[in-house]
Amino acid sequence: MKIKLVAFGIARDILKDSNISFLFTNGKTIGDLKNALTKQYPEFEKLASLRFAVAEEYQEDDFELSEENEVVIIPPVSGG
Amino acid sequence: MIDIQLTAAELNSKTCEEFVASNQAGGTAIFIGTVRNQTKNKSVLKLEFEAYIPMAKKEMQKIAEQAMQQFNARKISIHHRVGVLQIGEIPVIIAVSTPHRKAAFEACEFCIDTLKETVPIWKKEFFEDGEVWVAAHP
Repeated sequence: MKIKLVAFGIARDILKDSNISFLFTNGKTIGDLKNALTKQYPEFEKLASLRFAVAEEYQEDDFELSEENEVVIIPPVSGG
Repeated sequence: MIDIQLTAAELNSKTCEEFVASNQAGGTAIFIGTVRNQTKNKSVLKLEFEAYIPMAKKEMQKIAEQAMQQFNARKISIHHRVGVLQIGEIPVIIAVSTPHRKAAFEACEFCIDTLKETVPIWKKEFFEDGEVWVAAHP
């Protein structure tokens, strides 16, 4: 499945881009995406947390993605 | 009533204080976050905040709505800034008015604590010898 990834903060530094097209073949959930992403970019595994948002809402590992979904990578937040 | 702002403009606590003023409130608590000049004994030169703006606003709204219910607040104002901030500048202000004072303190603390956990805003610290995304690594 091919999705659009949007990255902020340290996630953008890891991807070296704020927007990429990401292809993964194993599964179709956020959890599957996380596995594929950390395999390709091991730096993500070192983060204190790694969450994902679709349609401006946090989504859990079992959330099913569709082709061309825009998924935002949410590395550890540090507002305030 | 809830007032949420995420802006590159300078924040003003008076604006938040005036928003939450209410005849039904017995007290107002205001938290003002400021940029301090060091972290872990290292001098900080400046901070930069970035946000996933539409989602950050939604999450800030959710926090305010929950605090309204949980603490029976009258009005809540949450302002957060993005962009580069110098030492002493204000990245965040939370103002809450409630019928009784204890709830105002509690609601204010709830809002800032939850904001730091859920709102997609990221802070980068700049030092003499480099820069780091705050809290990124355990």
